[in-house]
Amino acid sequence: MHRYANPLRFQRIADALLPWIAVALLVLTPIGLYQALVLAPPDYQQGEAARIMYVHVPAAWLATFTYALIAVASAIALVWRHPLAEVAARAAAPVGAAFTAIALITGSVWGKPMWGTWWVWDARLTSVLILFFLYLGYIALHDAFEDPARGARAASILALVGAVNLPIIKFSVDWWNTLHQPSSILRLDGPTIAPSMLWPLLTMVLVFKLYLALVLILRMRGQLAERRIHNLRASGAGG
Amino acid sequence: MRFRKRQRLVLLVVGMLLLSGATALVLASLQDSIAFFATPSELAARQVEPGKTFRIGGLVVEGSVVREADGTVRFAVTDTAEEVPVVYRGLLPDLFREGQGVVALGKLAEDGTFVASEVLAKHDEQYMPREVSDALKEAGYWEDQKEAENAR
Repeated sequence: MHRYANPLRFQRIADALLPWIAVALLVLTPIGLYQALVLAPPDYQQGEAARIMYVHVPAAWLATFTYALIAVASAIALVWRHPLAEVAARAAAPVGAAFTAIALITGSVWGKPMWGTWWVWDARLTSVLILFFLYLGYIALHDAFEDPARGARAASILALVGAVNLPIIKFSVDWWNTLHQPSSILRLDGPTIAPSMLWPLLTMVLVFKLYLALVLILRMRGQLAERRIHNLRASGAGG
Repeated sequence: MRFRKRQRLVLLVVGMLLLSGATALVLASLQDSIAFFATPSELAARQVEPGKTFRIGGLVVEGSVVREADGTVRFAVTDTAEEVPVVYRGLLPDLFREGQGVVALGKLAEDGTFVASEVLAKHDEQYMPREVSDALKEAGYWEDQKEAENAR
């Protein structure tokens, strides 16, 4: 019974939260898009192209945030063998991979007109590409074993090893000369972005975070149901 | 059962510490090759033989851009301490302008001029509407702010 105590409680909390998250997302998405695409002023140098930031930055933040989530959940799964942590890590991986891809693609589309190139091998871009491959490796490793428990353990270890990449991504623009600009928002001396552009960006960040929460809950519910079916089948076949 | 949990936790923490330490050492020793470009000061401090391909980055010196009739562009790149003259023939990115950051790929000629085969614009972390940048310039804050940026 102990095995199911926590997933059951998760189900109850998730069921209660889901409608609120969905409503908040429905309300905030059009507001955020209107702020980003209409209200926010064009940049003094980049003009309208700066608007790519309103997708690129939230996607890149979610890419690293989701990986941090997977790493923490993997540590909990490895040490305390908590089944819910395993489910959470596994459910988050494809979502994180998708956001990493979005960050890479939008960055590339912005880079061509602004930098003059689609891609360079500087520390920031390369470390984010590695993050994308880590996601793919994590997903592949999960399914590479006959025994799902062994696959989960191998993938959890990979997730933890890959976690050293997170500080490298964040500080790559400070530690080395890169083509990518340093952080405009999370910096010690305060944001270097005008408030009229910062607020739409923060709204979009919230929209992306809510979307992650929504998809994560839905995917976790699906996987828990799958596990239950699997267990029922196994006990049915045995008895 | 409790003991095994603690054992796994200790193993995990020690493993992560060793891994981060090893990564930090590797990154520290690769410092130079990870850097995307060299600054004019680094170039001055270190003798680089002509003909070796590398990237140089810095701000385009105000008033240094000369466009010749055959499409060749001459300008100087600075990190406020040292200056390097650059010559380039080709299309420049939209953001290329005096006082802005650029990264050029190329090699040194015998006379110390950097012959670029590719010039990329480096955007800084300043985002603001045009009215704000105009207002800052009018109030005289602009140069101070840029200067402070460069000093870091």
